[in-house]
Amino acid sequence: MRYWIMVLSVIDYRKSIASLWIYIISLTFALLTITAEIMASEAENSNAVHYGAYLARIGNCMGCHTTKGGQPFAGGRRLSTSFGVFITPNITPDKETGIGLWNQQDFWQALHQGRSRDGRLLYPAFPYTEYTKVARQDADAIFAYLQSLPPVSQTNPSHDIFFPYNSESLLAVWRALYFKEGVYEPERSKSAAWNRGAYLAQGLGHCSACHTTRNALGASQNETLTGGQIMGMNWYAPSLFSHLEAGSGNWEIDEIVALLTTGITKRAVTSGPMATVVRQSLQYLSQEDALALATYLKSLTENDTSSVPGVHFLVTTGSFRKHLELGEKIYQEYCQACHGADGKGTPGTYPALDGNRGVVMDSPLNVIRSVLNGGYPPTTAGNSRPYGMPPFQQILRNEEVALVVSYIRNAWGNRASLVRALDVDRSKGGDD
Amino acid sequence: MANANGNAVLDSMDERVKACTICHSAEDKVGRDAYYPRIAGKPQGYIFNQLRNFRDGRRYYQPMVILLENMSDEYLREIAQYFSSLQLPYPDPERIKMQPEEIKLARHLIYSGYPKRNIPACSACHGDILMGVEPAIPGLVGLSRAYITAQLGGWRNGGIMRAQTSDCMSEIAKQLTESEVNIVAKWLANQPVYGKPSSFDVLSSELVDRCSRTILENGGAE
Ligand code: HEC
Ligand code: HEC
Ligand code: HEC
Ligand code: HEC
Ligand code: HEC
Repeated sequence: MRYWIMVLSVIDYRKSIASLWIYIISLTFALLTITAEIMASEAENSNAVHYGAYLARIGNCMGCHTTKGGQPFAGGRRLSTSFGVFITPNITPDKETGIGLWNQQDFWQALHQGRSRDGRLLYPAFPYTEYTKVARQDADAIFAYLQSLPPVSQTNPSHDIFFPYNSESLLAVWRALYFKEGVYEPERSKSAAWNRGAYLAQGLGHCSACHTTRNALGASQNETLTGGQIMGMNWYAPSLFSHLEAGSGNWEIDEIVALLTTGITKRAVTSGPMATVVRQSLQYLSQEDALALATYLKSLTENDTSSVPGVHFLVTTGSFRKHLELGEKIYQEYCQACHGADGKGTPGTYPALDGNRGVVMDSPLNVIRSVLNGGYPPTTAGNSRPYGMPPFQQILRNEEVALVVSYIRNAWGNRASLVRALDVDRSKGGDD
Repeated sequence: MANANGNAVLDSMDERVKACTICHSAEDKVGRDAYYPRIAGKPQGYIFNQLRNFRDGRRYYQPMVILLENMSDEYLREIAQYFSSLQLPYPDPERIKMQPEEIKLARHLIYSGYPKRNIPACSACHGDILMGVEPAIPGLVGLSRAYITAQLGGWRNGGIMRAQTSDCMSEIAKQLTESEVNIVAKWLANQPVYGKPSSFDVLSSELVDRCSRTILENGGAE
């Protein structure tokens, strides 16, 4: 803005018949100032774009707003939920089919308040319920980045939402009950790193969009990342608040950082939707932010003393032992070569199953899915050539999967409930 | 590296693709009717293209989609390179009974084509000895009848399989009748395998043009 004042003063000089020299010198000076200001604001803008690109990664906007093999940010991805199928919109700056006509305020309204440019209430399949915690400055940077992208002309199909969830008034009721608008407020008693971590986890990182139990209306039951079956995906997102699930209170900070940014550590590996989150988003965390997020996550279970429910009583019964022996045979034939007779695996290559909290978690869903579908950890800079686990769906019958899963849940130091063929059957499907 | 049992875990591609070789195995574990296609020794660019197709939703087979979902292009390229350079013995050909007129038709289709129906000879693209052409056209021998029928059928029905819509191969497959597909699949499955993929320069420029979308954007097989 300052350069306007300079230009005005130049005109004043001319009017007051000052010497031509002064006029020329001032003009040159003014022009220089203008150029410098423009350059400064361009640099500022390119900084914002740069930072916005980083933040968009952490928010994983591209993950949802891109179809498989499609144009980045052009939308069209189907998100199946129990309320219907949502199709993500095009958020490239195309004027007709994207958000090319939007301004910063429109964008803020969407991210912070969950309202589209035309005032329409947005569905929480767009996690604005978490993004509302993002600071205005960060939202503006993301917007600057999105507007710097090449516009892609792509019209996407509309959502297919089941009755009665397709009613805007129901959505308004839902919002009144479950949506709390507001930017993240730092906790004064905590360190700057902790607050940065909390800001990232609760806001852009939208961890609780998955790591929480959703009620029948699709709302996160509470704000405590307590774990739950993800809507529309047959996966269980474990609680970040329990060391029996995904809590990491007794982990070294470095190990948490490694899990988040490389997808694998000696005692855990990310799979399924979490592997995707790591590949698309968390692996790009700056060192500082990764450390901050780890600090926050660690603090969530530092004082957690919950212990394993008393399933170990069962170990004494004969039929239980026989059951496990059958499972052990299958393990020796199909699993041992990689995971080891002692269940310790090979660090960084094959995950340990002994002492693996994912294996003994109350919900056996993810373990069963691992055995049925196999998988590779995500390729990341820190683990660019991962090793894989074969799918056993085609090789083992449901009963055999149940036996071997029951075995690994109770071998070595592990203790957890047995799994039935019925559980295996229920764990199938739900992948797209 | 060695794990706790003292098993050496080799830092090799062999070890890294164990999740694949359970189906695409060295031995012919699963019998001749198996639907699992051979991938060893196929042109690298072709394998890379298929891996990307599966990962990016242009070819559909759920068990593989899950495995490839979070893999980078670089890693897929390395995996393609690995399987492409793998030399494995081929299984014996199938022994499917065919009538003399079926054999005649198959040979005509494969070595002469039907220019009037815009069907070039299969061998013009897949190589004289049908072992494929580097870097992105696969061989047609060493595959099972069930697999060949399913692939040609997939293109003919225009499902999402390899849905590069204007791809040269899908256009040719759409021209074939169901009985031609069956006959050609039987004949191909009966052939023994020998030799290697031909080099790119055997392709006429017309055919290169026709397949440019598939074989020139060849997945970085330099
Ligand atoms: C979990 C999937 C998901 C993620 C992650 C996601 N979005 Fe969305 N987004 C959606 C869906 C679904 C809608 C459509 C909501 C509706 O129409 O009610 C949407 C809507 C929007 C809209 C409103 C478009 C319009 O036309 O009204 C904007 C803007 C937007 N998203 C931006 C972003 C940004 C920026 C990010 C990253 C910080 C992001 N989204 C991350 C799923 C997602
Ligand atoms: C799209 C849904 C989704 C989102 C978003 C998500 N997670 Fe997860 N997360 C999962 C699922 C499913 C699992 C269980 C599979 C596994 O163990 O990897 C998981 C597992 C984990 C684990 C335990 C991994 C292990 O194997 O021990 C941690 C830690 C974790 N998530 C942290 C986070 C953090 C931090 C965020 C936010 C920055 C986040 N997650 C966002 C779905 C999600
Ligand atoms: C070829 C080596 C190999 C074989 C054989 C193998 N696994 Fe795995 N397993 C792996 C790898 C690699 C992973 C990590 C996969 C991922 O990230 O999706 C894994 C992951 C797992 C997990 C999930 C662990 C976690 O932290 O989430 C379980 C459970 C598991 N395997 C059990 C088994 C069982 C049971 C068998 C035998 C039926 C078996 N595995 C056979 C290599 C193998
Ligand atoms: C559960 C069995 C199974 C596993 C595991 C598996 N595949 Fe496949 N693969 C198949 C089947 C079946 C097809 C044919 C799919 C179709 O098009 O119908 C196929 C097709 C292919 C093709 C295309 C072949 C061609 O000629 O077009 C390639 C390349 C391939 N697989 C590579 C891999 C790699 C690499 C892995 C490991 C990451 C893998 N597969 C894991 C069963 C499997
Ligand atoms: C113009 C060149 C061209 C001609 C002529 C041609 N093909 Fe192809 N074919 C291709 C290309 C290119 C591919 C690889 C497609 C891809 O990448 O998905 C292919 C793939 C195939 C495959 C899939 C192989 C596999 O491993 O999955 C089969 C089967 C096939 N062709 C059969 C035939 C038959 C039969 C004929 C003759 C009737 C024929 N092709 C003629 C170019 C051609």
